Amino acid sequence: MAIRQLTVFVQNRKGTVVSVTDILAKNNINIRALSIAETEDFGILRLIVDNETAATKILEENGYLIKIINVVGVKIGDKPGALTAALNVLDKANINVEYLYAFMARTEKHAYVVLRVEDNDAVESALENAGLHLITNEDICKL
Amino acid sequence: MSQNYYQKEIETMPLEEMRKLQSEKLIRQVKHVYENVPYYRNLMDEKGVKPEDINGIEDLHKLPFLTKADLRDAYPYGLLAKPLDECVRIQSTSGTTGRRVVAFYTQHDVDLWEDCCARAITAVGGTKKDVCQVAYGYGLFTGGPGLNGGSHKVGCLTLPMSSGNTERQIQFMTDLNATILCCTPSYAAYIGETLKEQGYKPEDIPLKAGIFGAEPWTEEMRRGIEKTLGIKAYDIYGLTETSGPGVAFECEEQTGMHVNEDHFYAEIIDPETGEVLPEGSKGELVFTSLDKEAFPLLRYRTRDICVLSRKKCSCGRTLIKMAKPMGRTDDMLIIRGVNVFPSQIETVLLNEGYEPNYQIIVDRVKNNDTFDVNVEMTSDKFTDKVSEIIAMEKSLAGAMKTMLGINPTVHLVAPKSIARSEGKAVRVIDKRKLI
Repeated sequence: MAIRQLTVFVQNRKGTVVSVTDILAKNNINIRALSIAETEDFGILRLIVDNETAATKILEENGYLIKIINVVGVKIGDKPGALTAALNVLDKANINVEYLYAFMARTEKHAYVVLRVEDNDAVESALENAGLHLITNEDICKL
Repeated sequence: MSQNYYQKEIETMPLEEMRKLQSEKLIRQVKHVYENVPYYRNLMDEKGVKPEDINGIEDLHKLPFLTKADLRDAYPYGLLAKPLDECVRIQSTSGTTGRRVVAFYTQHDVDLWEDCCARAITAVGGTKKDVCQVAYGYGLFTGGPGLNGGSHKVGCLTLPMSSGNTERQIQFMTDLNATILCCTPSYAAYIGETLKEQGYKPEDIPLKAGIFGAEPWTEEMRRGIEKTLGIKAYDIYGLTETSGPGVAFECEEQTGMHVNEDHFYAEIIDPETGEVLPEGSKGELVFTSLDKEAFPLLRYRTRDICVLSRKKCSCGRTLIKMAKPMGRTDDMLIIRGVNVFPSQIETVLLNEGYEPNYQIIVDRVKNNDTFDVNVEMTSDKFTDKVSEIIAMEKSLAGAMKTMLGINPTVHLVAPKSIARSEGKAVRVIDKRKLI
C-alpha cells in the first residue's frame, strides 16, 4: 500500500533545487508533492512524482544520489483538527513519525498527509483501524 | 651591535673558523653513524662512500640523503646510534599512525638542544632576570620541553604552563610579570585577543618579547601580535627529527632565522635532482646534525622550501640565516601546529566505508586555522533522514580527530561535486595567505 517517495541528496547551494526540477520538467515528469529538509551543508528533496521509475533513471544519469523510500499516505478531512486526529491515532499506537508533509487536492474537500515512519505496516493498520483511508502513488497521480 | 649572545664565540665565529669546526664535527659524526647505524651504513655502501671519503664539510654532498620514508622504515630503533641505556629521553611528532617519528636523546643531545633554545631566548633579550612563560604543549611534542630547557639554561624563572587554559595563562602572566612568552603564533594571537577583551592595554601587559614557532605565520600576523601584546615577536624553527625548536632562531633584526650551524649544517638542494644549490637559491632545506649522539641524521630532507643567506647581520652573528619556509615539496599541511597529510584523510574514509573523494579546505579566521573536509556522499550511506546524515558527519570528524589529533568539520557533499581539474580532484585548498 505504501507510497514510493523519491529522495534526492543535493548541496545546500543556490540553484540546486531548480536543477532537479528542471530535469524532471524536461522529461515530462510531474511533481505531485514535494518537501525539503536542509542543513547548512546539504538538502534532502522528498518528492512524489507521477513516474518515479523514469525520474530515478534520469536523475541518476545526471549524477544525483537517489533513494526510493516507502512512506505512508493517508487521506484526511480538509478541516481544523483533522491532522491532529490522525496524529493522535499514531501517538496512541506509540508510533514515532520521522517526518511528514501534507498537501491538498484542487477539487475535493480533502487533504493528504505523507508520513515517514519505521514500520509502515503498523502505521497503516493503526490508521485504517481508526477509519482513515490510505492512498497510493496512483491515487496521488489522479488528484 | 647586540650583546645578546648565549655562546658568543660560536654565534659570532668568523666563517673560516666555523667551516673548520663544522668539518671536524662532520668527520666525527659520519664515522659515528657509519659504525653504529647499519641502516645508514648500507645507504653509504650502496653509494660507494666510506667515512674516509669525508674529509671536511666540502665533502658533505657525497653522502646519501635521508627522508621521512627512511625514518618510517627504520622505526623505532633503526637509526639509533647509541645503546638505549645511554639514552635519557624521547620526543615524538604530533600525530599520526605510520608517520610517527620517535627521536632519541642522550644527556649530551638534550644539552645541545637546550643550548640552541637558550641562544634563541638570549637573542630576544632574555636574561636570568626574565620570567619566561612556556605555553607550548609539554609532552611528546618538542615545543614545551625545548623552550623549557632553554629557559633553565638562561636562568629565567620558567613558567611551565603548557598550552591551553587561557584564563590561567593570563593570571600567571599578569600576577608573576612574565616578560617572555613562548608558544605557537596562533596561540599568542589568541592570548592577545583575550587580554584585549579583558580590557588590558599593551602597556599594561608585562611581556616584552615572544618566541613563536611550530606553524607558518605571516609578517602581518607578527605585526598584529606585536601591537596587541606590546612586544617584539620572534620566529623560531625546528623539527623533531633534528631535535626540536632552536635549529634556527630570529635575532633583533627580524629578517630571517640564524641557523645553529655548529650543530646543524644547512644545505639547499634542488628537490628534483638532489643537486646542492648555491647560497641564495630557493630549494629544499636539508639538515645534517654535526654532533648528536643518539639520533644523528645526515642530510635529512625536511621538505621545506627555503632560502639561505650569509648576508651580514646587524646583530653581529655570523651564523647563516634561513628565510621563513615558503612551502613544502610534499603535500603536508600544518594545521593548528599539527602535521596533516591528505593521505591520512583518505585512510580514514576507506576505513569508514566512504569513497576517497574528499577535499580539505584550510583557512585562517581571526588568527586561528579553520579545517574543513568535504566528503562525497555515497549511495550506500545516503538516507532520507537528516539526523542520520548529521550523525555520519560527526562520526567521520571523530575518526579523523583520532587519526590526526585535531578536529575537522566534516561536510557530506553530493557525488562528483568536488572540483576536479584535468580529471584529478583538487584535494587541498589552502586559503591561508602565509607567504
